[in-house]
Amino acid sequence: MTARTAVAISSAVAALATVGCLNFYEIPVETPIHAKLDSSPFQRVLVAGFLSGGSKSIDPNTETARLLRSQLRTKSQMRVIDADAISLVDEVDKRNGTAPPPSDEPRIMTEKDLESYESIFTDAAFWKKLGEEYQGPLIVTGSVLFTEVSKQGMVSRPVSSVDQYGRPTVNEVRNFSSMKGFALAPKFVFIDGRTGAVLYSESFHEEALYQESQTTPALSSYFELMDKLLPGFLNTLSSQKIRGTRILLK
Amino acid sequence: MKTRIWLVTALAFALTSPVFADKRGDAKARVEFGIIAAQKGLWTEATSVWERAVQIDDSYGQAWNNLAVGYEQLGKFDQARKAYEKALELEPGNNFIRNNYDQFREIYDRQNRRRDK
Repeated sequence: MTARTAVAISSAVAALATVGCLNFYEIPVETPIHAKLDSSPFQRVLVAGFLSGGSKSIDPNTETARLLRSQLRTKSQMRVIDADAISLVDEVDKRNGTAPPPSDEPRIMTEKDLESYESIFTDAAFWKKLGEEYQGPLIVTGSVLFTEVSKQGMVSRPVSSVDQYGRPTVNEVRNFSSMKGFALAPKFVFIDGRTGAVLYSESFHEEALYQESQTTPALSSYFELMDKLLPGFLNTLSSQKIRGTRILLK
Repeated sequence: MKTRIWLVTALAFALTSPVFADKRGDAKARVEFGIIAAQKGLWTEATSVWERAVQIDDSYGQAWNNLAVGYEQLGKFDQARKAYEKALELEPGNNFIRNNYDQFREIYDRQNRRRDK
């Protein structure tokens, strides 16, 4: 009993000493990130539409235009113009005199297919004309490639167990696994609607992979991937704060 | 001869040690004051106090770490990077500083990536 008490007291003393010696402080921080683009000359923004392709399970042009409009409405100071998303693929095909394909297969399936359509972004006359229709807003356009992917290989995952002393432990287990999912590769292009000039562009790439047995709807995966990219997109037009913690020392 | 060496060593210790202790003590008091200011969200004040702390004792790695965090919160990323690097140079094995720096670098690299465009 005396020995137990002595152990308890010495543990308490040790704990107190540790607390007394604490010389670090975890503190919440909000690191400011400046906007990538000076959007002060514009009060309004037009999400024009996107070159899109890949999986035909969703329409990336319509979904992206809709999502970005809704995000810009709630998270930016700019007024969002209500307009239908232009099909830039049709626009380029019309210019090139390419007949629409007989089936509903997307015309852009790979990044290589996309390259031949991308010249539209540097067509200042086209964008200036579009800008004039809406009194010179900031135009958001770009490309969105949403493709199905599958991968095989070694995958490590944490497995929790209890050791012989009853303590919970986490071990890494590596298995050969087949995964499938989707990849999203958008490029956002910001165009001055008064001149038709490209002001800024940025590309992203994200993948979401799931166990082969798992059925994940394409649209749900699209939103999951866009969720990861949206802060980067929104930060083009407005400053943001990244929340985290830092340790202060003495 | 031995006595002379001992005397010189003792004199050197007597002369330098209190000065060092005073410098560190003064800097430490400022660092602690800065932490209180930062906890209240007064980052400008905290940063200014930590700037003074490293002027007083520029070998105080913990003060450089705090200064780096302060610069980061004020959006002075280039200064934050230099301060973190100085802190790591002085305290290379300090995991707190390393973690702060790693988290900062994620933001810093993103910011610089966009400047290139």
